[in-house]
Amino acid sequence: MTTARATPLDLPVPAVPRRAGTFVRRLFRRRLVIVGAVLLGTFLLVSAAAPLLAPQGYDDQDLLRRLRPPSADFPLGTDSLGRDLLARIVWGARVSLMVGVLAMSLGLTGGSLLGLVSGFYGGRVDRLVMGLMDVLLSFPGILLALAVVAALGPGLYQVMVAVGIQQIPAFARLVRGSVLTVRKTEYAEAARVVGASDTRIMARHIVPNVVSPVIVLASLDIGTAILSSAGLSFLGLGAQPPLPDWGGMINQGRAFLRTAWWVAVFPGLAIMLTVLGFNLFGDGLRDALDPRLRQA
Amino acid sequence: MWQYIVRKAFAAIPVLLGASLLAFLILQLAPGDPARLVAGEQASEDDVELIRQRLGLDRPLHIQYLRFLQSVAAGDLGRSIRTGRAVRDEITARFPYTMELAIASLLLSVTLGVIAGVLAAVRPNTVYDYGATLIALTGISTPTFWLGLLLMLLFAYYLGWLPASGRGGPLWTVAGLASIIMPAIALGTPSAAIISRLTRSSLLEVLRQDYVRTARSKGLAERVVVLHHSLRNALIPVITVVGLRLGALLGGAVITEQVFSWPGMGTLIVTAISSRDYPTVQGAMLVVATVFVLVNLAVDLIYAAVDPRIRYE
Repeated sequence: MTTARATPLDLPVPAVPRRAGTFVRRLFRRRLVIVGAVLLGTFLLVSAAAPLLAPQGYDDQDLLRRLRPPSADFPLGTDSLGRDLLARIVWGARVSLMVGVLAMSLGLTGGSLLGLVSGFYGGRVDRLVMGLMDVLLSFPGILLALAVVAALGPGLYQVMVAVGIQQIPAFARLVRGSVLTVRKTEYAEAARVVGASDTRIMARHIVPNVVSPVIVLASLDIGTAILSSAGLSFLGLGAQPPLPDWGGMINQGRAFLRTAWWVAVFPGLAIMLTVLGFNLFGDGLRDALDPRLRQA
Repeated sequence: MWQYIVRKAFAAIPVLLGASLLAFLILQLAPGDPARLVAGEQASEDDVELIRQRLGLDRPLHIQYLRFLQSVAAGDLGRSIRTGRAVRDEITARFPYTMELAIASLLLSVTLGVIAGVLAAVRPNTVYDYGATLIALTGISTPTFWLGLLLMLLFAYYLGWLPASGRGGPLWTVAGLASIIMPAIALGTPSAAIISRLTRSSLLEVLRQDYVRTARSKGLAERVVVLHHSLRNALIPVITVVGLRLGALLGGAVITEQVFSWPGMGTLIVTAISSRDYPTVQGAMLVVATVFVLVNLAVDLIYAAVDPRIRYE
């Protein structure tokens, strides 16, 4: 449909570049999406350039300069071990990016596969899978992640698994819903009639049609994953010191809130701006990918 | 309606069983020997064996699960490894505090969310609307524990208006009320943001309906059209979200309670996880999940009572 091949009438159809251009224009039509893109871009850039921006690393301690307020030498101040907060926040961006992307990937892979199988086969399989999702959803908010951490023990990787499992039901439900709609379409029926296998129908006809909503959810879920993992780290269950985890840094700063507010305030600001970036961008992506929603 | 209630109530049973299985598995999935975990690091081999037999950990897994269910059904959630007290007593002492925090946050978020949503909907695509959108998105993106610390910094440390942490007493006392304000705002902000977005879109949808146009053409004041004719219908989908938010608030309270040293379930759960007090973790998780499922059931029923079409779907 979107190939640039000549039509029988030999009319040029430069569909791909034009569509891509339209998509980008549509995406950035709203100003808030631009704000989101700038926030996200900064976050990604900082993560990538951490060794250049903070060559001293994240654990350069000097007790003689502990709890210094923001100044020209230390723009965001220092923490209780005399470490430069800016350096720790810069390196912490990598930890957040890793947790966000890996947890979301786990939720996406697990949830999409379950949703695909559940929606495609229906019947008992559907009831079983969706029942399982209902059970996962019966643990409100961050509690499911806490239950997983309770079983696996504290640590960065455990938190990623915990937050990833927490995200599975959302992807499973979304993909199942989309599959149920696509499965009844004529082209899916036609593929079945000509003898295509289940795997082929799923891979060639159903998956491409459920990709858009999944991309939108994925972009929004990275932000959610960063928030959840920061929460677990704040409770002391995430990345262990001296790893620069934003949630953990806020936890360390709590004890000095009255005397050194910057230790807890700046890492929180970093979390908020990053998650806001993912939310604004994800919202824009949804509007651009789903024309029906644009009307709303 | 009765048929619907019975159907919904039966549907909740497998979910509750599943939640109990998940709570049961926490101990089984934990690395190491469950009997050793319960007995503690210092316990002798004989003690560990004794605990293994007493808790039935030497039996097959499905028998263990059935016994776990049996105890739970009898109201016995085991004993805390840390304090030695019955887990049921620990939970009974703390759950009301979490519930009061969750309900206070819910009331706050519904009030603020609906007001902000209505104001944004009656002036769509204005600076006001965009501002409300940005504030709502920021609210959703802000870690509640960090917001709690910011509030503490401003209202307790700099202005000295509110107590920094702890529960000041029953809510009908000034000290009690003052102590719940900051935790409730911190916990309720994301919910307020979500409710305001939903109210806005739902009200915008209703304001386009023909009967609203009729009301306007009759010459009714805009305030009457919005508040009396439109808002009631617009709030129907909001009810569902409000119910779901109560569950989310119960879960979210875990972190907020830590910030403000609120003596609820969150503090209990986090302390239990840190000290590997598995019976307490299992009991607390199970209780919160059960309350959450029951709240959702109640929301379904209220929704069906408010909007009869739901019952026939």
